[in-house]
Amino acid sequence: MNINLTINGKSYSQDVEPRLLLIHFLRDIAGLTGTHMGCETSLCGACTVELNGKAIKSCTMFAVQANGAEIVTVEGLANDGKLDPVQEAFWNEHGLQCGFCTPGMIMASKQIIDRHPSPTEEEIRHGLEGNVCRCTGYQHIVNAVKAAAAGAGK
Amino acid sequence: MATTTVKTETFVGKRIRRREDPRLITGTATYVEDIQMPGMHYAMILRSPHAAARIRSINTKPAEAAPGVVCVFTGKDTKGVGVVPCGVAMPDLRVPQHTILATDRVYFVGHPVAVVVARDRYLARDAADLIEVDYEVLPAVADPEKALAKGAPAVHPQWPDNIAFTYHQDGGNIDKAFAEADVVVKQRIVSQRLVPMAMETRGVVAEWRGADRQLNLYTSTQIPHLVRTLVAGMLGLEENRMRVIAPEVGGGFGSKLNVYAEEALMGFVSTRIQKPVKWIESRRENFTCTIHGRGHVDYYEVAAKRDGTILGIKLKLIQDVGAYHQLLTPLIPQLSVLMMPGIYNTQNIRADIVGVFTNCVPTDAYRGAGRPEATHGIERMVDVLAAELKMDPAEIRFKNFVTKDKFPYATATGLMYDSGDYAAPLRKALDLVGYVKLRLEQADLRKQRKYMGIGISTYGEICAIGPSPATPAGGWESATVKIDPTGKVTILTGTCPHGQGEETTFAQIAADELGVGLDDILVIRGDTAVVQYGIGTFGSRATAVGGTAVYYALQDLKAKIKKFGAMLLESDDVTLIGGQVVDNKTGKSTTLQEIARASYRALKLPPNTEPGLIATRFWEPPNFTFPFGAHIVVTDIDGETGQIKIRRYVAVDDCGNILNPLIVDGQVHGGVAQGLGQALWEQAVYDDDGQLTTGELMDYALPRAHLMPWIESHHTCTPSPVNPLGVKGVGEAGTIGCSPAVVNSVVDALAPLGVRHIDMPLTPEKIWKVLAAKH
Repeated sequence: MNINLTINGKSYSQDVEPRLLLIHFLRDIAGLTGTHMGCETSLCGACTVELNGKAIKSCTMFAVQANGAEIVTVEGLANDGKLDPVQEAFWNEHGLQCGFCTPGMIMASKQIIDRHPSPTEEEIRHGLEGNVCRCTGYQHIVNAVKAAAAGAGK
Repeated sequence: MATTTVKTETFVGKRIRRREDPRLITGTATYVEDIQMPGMHYAMILRSPHAAARIRSINTKPAEAAPGVVCVFTGKDTKGVGVVPCGVAMPDLRVPQHTILATDRVYFVGHPVAVVVARDRYLARDAADLIEVDYEVLPAVADPEKALAKGAPAVHPQWPDNIAFTYHQDGGNIDKAFAEADVVVKQRIVSQRLVPMAMETRGVVAEWRGADRQLNLYTSTQIPHLVRTLVAGMLGLEENRMRVIAPEVGGGFGSKLNVYAEEALMGFVSTRIQKPVKWIESRRENFTCTIHGRGHVDYYEVAAKRDGTILGIKLKLIQDVGAYHQLLTPLIPQLSVLMMPGIYNTQNIRADIVGVFTNCVPTDAYRGAGRPEATHGIERMVDVLAAELKMDPAEIRFKNFVTKDKFPYATATGLMYDSGDYAAPLRKALDLVGYVKLRLEQADLRKQRKYMGIGISTYGEICAIGPSPATPAGGWESATVKIDPTGKVTILTGTCPHGQGEETTFAQIAADELGVGLDDILVIRGDTAVVQYGIGTFGSRATAVGGTAVYYALQDLKAKIKKFGAMLLESDDVTLIGGQVVDNKTGKSTTLQEIARASYRALKLPPNTEPGLIATRFWEPPNFTFPFGAHIVVTDIDGETGQIKIRRYVAVDDCGNILNPLIVDGQVHGGVAQGLGQALWEQAVYDDDGQLTTGELMDYALPRAHLMPWIESHHTCTPSPVNPLGVKGVGEAGTIGCSPAVVNSVVDALAPLGVRHIDMPLTPEKIWKVLAAKH
């Protein structure tokens, strides 16, 4: 069936199989491979993107369910070569190692800051519950979210 | 040429943010799954749902007729492909034929049976469901101790006792030690099976270029060169016709320190269909088909004097091998034996390993690989001994440490510890945690029947793996450093970093040696067509061995730079400093850029000097390195629910010199998280039929952000004399130090109830049962 959606400000109109997962639309059709498939079951969060302003897991949503939606992926964050404050903070605070979970982590972190402009450590940790990182032990990610929130609030 | 202004900024030792990060935080890095090629096909592997079964027949016809399907291969088709290699040679090692697809029998749930190739991943998945396999299900055994029992089902019919190998090691005089002991403590200790769970599952893209007889294999691996050698061998392909590329690799933790059936299988498929083919492991496959870690049942006996002096250690180690040997499977428990005395001064040991086949996925290296098991064992036993003797666990450790005047120290297991000051991190950790005050608080809480525990672990580990005679594939590492005509620096490393940050730390080393900026340097890894042969990244070796190779290549290059500089300056007395060669007499200088251009233009050459600026070194380490440290964990246990709350986590690690503290902190945090995972949550559980009941993230409890305590990471610094950088390695330290500190803490909390040991993972249910039984 035909769907229309906007990804990172760009419109897409495409015939898709009803069973096509949103993540495969993003990766295979839109060519945005920054969003990663980590578990296919919504449990690891590597596939987190923003859909109509909310962080969602794109591995368990059909592309057709996103018909008409506005989506932002990690590729849509930097503006004219200037990194988003959350990206910058992940870099500064060493909030990533292998980088595979990072796009999802960054999208989830943006949502945390949207909801809690000055998040406590507990709010950050609970906000990241749905995103697994196997490398960092989360501590530098927590620091990154704190730093991004502090910087964004300035 | 001008008079000098010397650049003074240095980079080694500084918290420098990583140079690999821009591509990772913008989603523009290329992992295997991100690779697209014209005409690329997709492979789906049909796997056994049974742990043990005979294959009566396979009907692939319905799948072959399915839309989009190009072909289906079974074990009959791949008979010409070599077996999956075990890289370990030892006497009496029983090595089952590990074919890349099952032929007449399957040995574990997830055993690959057939591969479907289609033009689309969805269609390949559909077609896999249409393959009809007629299995005769056989009895299975999934528990190593049950597998050793008489009458147990034979995993491999030719070896009814299920013994895969045995290994014995004696050091000193163990019988005398036990005869002279005032006290002997015994304990069975389990290090449960774990799933490494790299965030990126495995994946392979194989691209056969028939006209060139060239196979390009993109694979998510820690060891691209070894994969090339071994997979080329399996496929009967000349090694120089194969190029292995490890693109961005999304974590490994040892699980990608291997050669897997799927790597050869995709190579085979691509040569058959004459098209590129991609296979991406699903998370379920990652759980059932990628190697697991640990899987020990250890029986310890420790002999000691009444004053706490440890006299000797005996260990009977039962290693759950799984159905096959993967690359290093039989080696891993031997690493445990090497580490069994820990950092204690005892010269008497006896170890007996029995490796046991089970109908499970093979075990192999997982972060720490044998050393977490050994450390968990000895650190638990020291606490068991302390409890028996009513000694303080810190005091008994101070009493038994190898003292700092004894280095290099020859262990009873045949190692030579390079350098150490084992009391220093423990003293520091005790101070940081406020040990004396905590013990007073604990005494108070105990009066109120509240459970608070203080757990200490003082670990040592073997890193910088390692001297070639002790390493199956060679333990050296290589580096090439070259300077282009424009003066820019490229480092080719034989290591294969996948999160550890060597694109940054190696650049730091080179920047300081050459006096250039970090932006002038590029580090390339992971492509066998570009990088000289190398070993890879594992065993906390990349910086200590690979970084040292970079360092020595830089020394060679610097000598050549100085020759060209001296020629240009017409001087015989020059210094290389701040990216310039300076005439020591006149103060005149020439830049690296000018020298590079002159070296390639080659209008004039210094005597006995070839054009160009390039140097390659293969560095063979004379010894391992031996990092150490002390972790202290303070826990509070809810007496009603068994819930464990970690109040403090203090880690004092000594990894020698630190090149980048930011990266070292990250390694410690991540290591501790995996140690905590083992201590508190994670366990790969096979039921009696060999079904993995924790086969996905819903059932396998990983450390998540809200579960992790704040880790207070500190260091002492005892440089290693083994390499000129003085580094030891830190990738595995957190994991090794962690689990015994946690369990010691919880056992300490429950000590008033007479608890002496609890096996991991310490789930609330398990603790609640202990509490319920004692009340």
